[in-house]
Amino acid sequence: MASEAFRLDFEEPIYALEKRVRQLEATEPKSAQLHEELRAKRRELADVTRTVYSQLDAWQIVRVARYPDRPKFSDYTNMVFDEFVELHGDKFYGDDRALQTGFAKLNEYKILLVGHQKGKTLKERNECYFGCAHPEGYRKAMAKMRLAAKFKMPIICLIDTPGAYPGIGAEERGQAQVIAESMFTMSLLPVPIICVVIGEGGSGGALGIGVGDRVGVLQFAYYSVISPEGCAGILWKSHKFAEDAARALRLTSDNLLELGAVDDVIEEPLGAAHRNPHQMATRLKIYLLRTLRELLEIPEEELLARRYARFRRIGHFIEEAPACDLD
Amino acid sequence: MAIGQSETPARSPNGARPKRGVPEGLWLACPGCSATVFAKETERCMNCCPECDYHMYVSARDRIRHVLDDGTFEEWDAELLPADPLGFIDKKRYIDRLASEQARTGMRDAALTGCGMIRARRVAFGVTDSAFIMGSMGSVVGERLTRLVERATEQDLPLVIISGSGGGARMHEGILSLMQMAKISAALARFSEMGGLFISVLTNPTMGGVAASFASLGDLVYAEPKALIGFAGPRTIEATIRIELPEGFQTSEFLLEHGYIDRIVRRPDLKSEIARTIDYCGK
Ligand SMILES: [Zn+2]
Repeated sequence: MASEAFRLDFEEPIYALEKRVRQLEATEPKSAQLHEELRAKRRELADVTRTVYSQLDAWQIVRVARYPDRPKFSDYTNMVFDEFVELHGDKFYGDDRALQTGFAKLNEYKILLVGHQKGKTLKERNECYFGCAHPEGYRKAMAKMRLAAKFKMPIICLIDTPGAYPGIGAEERGQAQVIAESMFTMSLLPVPIICVVIGEGGSGGALGIGVGDRVGVLQFAYYSVISPEGCAGILWKSHKFAEDAARALRLTSDNLLELGAVDDVIEEPLGAAHRNPHQMATRLKIYLLRTLRELLEIPEEELLARRYARFRRIGHFIEEAPACDLD
Repeated sequence: MAIGQSETPARSPNGARPKRGVPEGLWLACPGCSATVFAKETERCMNCCPECDYHMYVSARDRIRHVLDDGTFEEWDAELLPADPLGFIDKKRYIDRLASEQARTGMRDAALTGCGMIRARRVAFGVTDSAFIMGSMGSVVGERLTRLVERATEQDLPLVIISGSGGGARMHEGILSLMQMAKISAALARFSEMGGLFISVLTNPTMGGVAASFASLGDLVYAEPKALIGFAGPRTIEATIRIELPEGFQTSEFLLEHGYIDRIVRRPDLKSEIARTIDYCGK
């Protein structure tokens, strides 16, 4: 159930029905007539939820992806993995809280888990800058991923960030350089890497842990070169056009699949992940297990060749001999 | 990742903008010291201000003239043309924006790539032009640079890329632009594994997704003096942290001080410095 403070306007019809169903459920004793009404309301609720969620526009999807009650990295560490042993620190500057790393167990598989953490309470959110990592986060991730490669552990990255942190310290400590180096490093690691965008895929901050053999995205997550607000501010000269920018950027899961930026879309439960976190976690777990088993079958050299080819083919252009007037 | 078109104009790090009202052509106002300088004179100094040495904008074609031996540039992949994969429309259609940028700059997109000689050393050479949609990287820039890196790998050539991009990853091609960062970085990783030498030269401005990919991945990273170089645009940072940015923030000198570039190289010295580096690395 959504916290009152963070309700999504387009979910209003759903909230109203949820409330009615709860009232009916609480009524005792239940007459035959009441049972009938409850059944009807539940059916109606499912239908309305399905309708609302089948008609979301790009901006509404961005808001679902950012929704505070949406399951986060820390929820999945509990629900998907049997254990998460956090490994702290980049052994150079600090321990970024926005980007966490550690050993984890996915059924019988021992893996390295890397993920953005947005935090739940205000205190947590402040500590991890709302999921915006600093350079020490990417340095830590690189160091732990190299460790994983050394000991032949597959890597799973869960992406959920508005973007890498834009600040003085971040620039002083080489934000641009660490993101570049992280992509460079990940492209060569000789173990399977699975990346899943679970909420926000905010530009370079997301891609910094996004170079893998398979890249999945949850149905109502997004992945974009720039935030809709940032894009609107630059191209429309006002943040108020974020809705238009979100549409123009083609950042939703079906667009991403079509453009070849992601390999798989993981379907969310009825009414999105926040309405049924356990079901979402189960689906994510099934996806990770299936994908991991596939990747573990592939010999190392071929794995790296395919990873290279996966990114190599992305892009859209025309090849045509130069016309005289252009040269 | 994408940095504002409006965010990193051709301004000096101290914020001076070109003054209006100066007759164009013969004379121009230096963005660094605001002095009115004779255009011919600055051209002779490779577009550096004769008064204060401010390094002004240089087109990709002029870069080739400055760095490569006369007449040795052989263009690769000139047939690549940008398309409009998203059907992107802001206040203007992207397809129209491309047409007007092409007409204005005479370039097909923001990068030129090919091979040539630097003091008789054969190199794979790429340059981005900050005049074409702020030198931003979309599919064509990404593809041309990736092919350049792959050819340098195949032919065992030293690789030189001169970056000028205030735009980072190009918004108008959305996620495809972002993914070019991974594509080029992966190509550079393979090149490096094969023992390739990559010299990356940063010029004003080098920001966002360009700074956060190939531009930062040189075995050697050189920068022109007082160039604006960074990940996030200064206005984005100011809006986030709500304090004024320190003087000289995100300049070449700032990066040198913090340990992210190997040398600051004045434009007239660039060709010799590159040649010397190639010799030291035995390539
Ligand atoms: Zn001057």
